[in-house]
Amino acid sequence: MSACDIPSPFDPSLMAQSPGLPKSPEGEPAFPEPWAAEAFAMTVHLHEKGLFTWGEWALALSFELRRPGKADDGSDYFDSWVQALSTLIGEKGIADEPVIAALQKSWQRAAEATPHGKPIELANDPLR
Amino acid sequence: MHDDHDHSHDHDHDHPHDPGHHHDDDHHHDNHYSDMQARVRALETVLTEKGLIDPKAIDQIVETYQTRVGPRNGARVVAKAWSDPEFRDWLKRDATAAISSLGYSGRQGEHMRAVFNTEDTHNLVVCTLCSCYPWAVLGLPPTWYKAPAYRSRAVIDPRGVLAEFGLTLAETTKIRVWDSTAELRYLVIPERPEGTQEMSEDELSALVSRDAMIGTAIAGHASTGDGY
Repeated sequence: MSACDIPSPFDPSLMAQSPGLPKSPEGEPAFPEPWAAEAFAMTVHLHEKGLFTWGEWALALSFELRRPGKADDGSDYFDSWVQALSTLIGEKGIADEPVIAALQKSWQRAAEATPHGKPIELANDPLR
Repeated sequence: MHDDHDHSHDHDHDHPHDPGHHHDDDHHHDNHYSDMQARVRALETVLTEKGLIDPKAIDQIVETYQTRVGPRNGARVVAKAWSDPEFRDWLKRDATAAISSLGYSGRQGEHMRAVFNTEDTHNLVVCTLCSCYPWAVLGLPPTWYKAPAYRSRAVIDPRGVLAEFGLTLAETTKIRVWDSTAELRYLVIPERPEGTQEMSEDELSALVSRDAMIGTAIAGHASTGDGY
């Protein structure tokens, strides 16, 4: 894929439909940590590829954001984002929750088993 | 040009470029994925396996974000350090506290150290082992910062790397290379450009680029930023 094919994640209409998205003073999305930006980028990319409409996305995200027990200051906003993305990926038949959860554990074992300075790869999971 | 900089490794990593390092096995927590980090990697894995995403495309979107959002928090820290001598002193003594007084602090509790460029010393920040970066002040790291080429060459040949960024320093300028870690991250405070005495903090902060705060540029000058 060439750079020209990369959709802009900054389509204002998409931003407007991501309820509660934390923004910088300049109005751009504010990501607390890199994984949040990656989750954001994956979501935009999948939407642009037609996997789901932004309406579907906003619905999934709103559902997660309305769950009880969420932080008052919105600091877990992207936790909800990632959960919504996981749910949509399940609903679209790409991978269901047990598969994702198993991979998540596998990545954590891989990270722990990787000496610092070496790239963390899934194959480093000793149980794989 | 391999002998004109000193390594300022504060952290005892297993370090391929630093023959003087000590092993320290207490740092195995450096390689740890939080639940969210691991879950995002898991999603990326299933989506890549199914051919639904190209990780390179994701990187490019993230890159777009970081060039658009930019490191405005860090620029404000620098502008204040230029304008307010008390803040500058505080930043020197305890950068973590001084920076968090402006409302910028990392969620991972990492410590910050500010390193000040002077007439005869230029500071350059790298993370040779992964891509530790002061997120709270600089946003997301540029792709080149995470690339093996920069991570290894910034230590071996900092002058050559800077030249590739379009920054040619005087032969007499000493280059200090700071190796970031999960616990300690660096912010370069560039020198205040000439002729800016009348400027407000807001105006000053506009002169401070992300690259100037990593050390691959100087303030008031655009970097090509595409050396890698």
